[in-house]
Amino acid sequence: MASSIRVRAILNGDTTDVQTLIQHPMDTGLVKDSKGELIPAHYIQQLSFEHNGKTVFQADWGTAVSKDPYVKFAFKGAAKGDEIKVSWLDNKGATDSLTAKIQ
Amino acid sequence: MTASFGPAVTRRLIIQGAGALALIGLGQGTLGAWPALAANDKYPDDAFKQKNAAEAIKALYGKDHEPSDKVKLDAPEIAENGGVVPISVTTTLPDVSSISFVVSENPFALAASYKFPEGTVPAVANRLKMAKTSNVIALVEAGGKLYSATKEVKVTVGGCGG
Repeated sequence: MASSIRVRAILNGDTTDVQTLIQHPMDTGLVKDSKGELIPAHYIQQLSFEHNGKTVFQADWGTAVSKDPYVKFAFKGAAKGDEIKVSWLDNKGATDSLTAKIQ
Repeated sequence: MTASFGPAVTRRLIIQGAGALALIGLGQGTLGAWPALAANDKYPDDAFKQKNAAEAIKALYGKDHEPSDKVKLDAPEIAENGGVVPISVTTTLPDVSSISFVVSENPFALAASYKFPEGTVPAVANRLKMAKTSNVIALVEAGGKLYSATKEVKVTVGGCGG
């Protein structure tokens, strides 16, 4: 199974640019399906990025984050080849994580 | 994978795939709650449930915000698709601990909130849903104070099923 997470971390001078795309429906719970029934809310609530065991970025998300969320940030203190771990948790308790090397 | 490897390789790949699936299943079952976030602040459930922008900000930060030209909010003038509106924030303020986005006219005003530990550049780009034309407020918490920038984004097609 392919991971739901795609991450690209690139060292640029002394900062590492991190771009992430996650496959997730991010259903708001306000939209009806073709039968007129409400699609229950299903969205990622927390997303975190760890480098050397330290959290470098953390997101708390509501239902207003777009489907298949994208987020971009940058942090300092990493070297090429270091690993960055991305994990998310949604409102139904599902989680996924991925570790990527900094390029 | 090419055809020249024949069916044996294909079968092996399928078996490996099944194994990987089983492993993922196991991982989720045994790990349960994920350790990465356990030590961090709790999810601000209450703030995300507020319908009104002012109440969401109050629930999240518990203080007033003041407009600052050091907060740069980048959002389109007009969003053709309210389901995917690219919005980003950068700031020159020091000691930034968090950045949040509030869409005033959404059913639930608070859209996203990001925490910035020391060493993380105080900037973030993401994509948000907007139900209709609305003010977008970027909030930056820096040195214990709350600063903001506001911009109106016109939405031609809403992104909340409207």
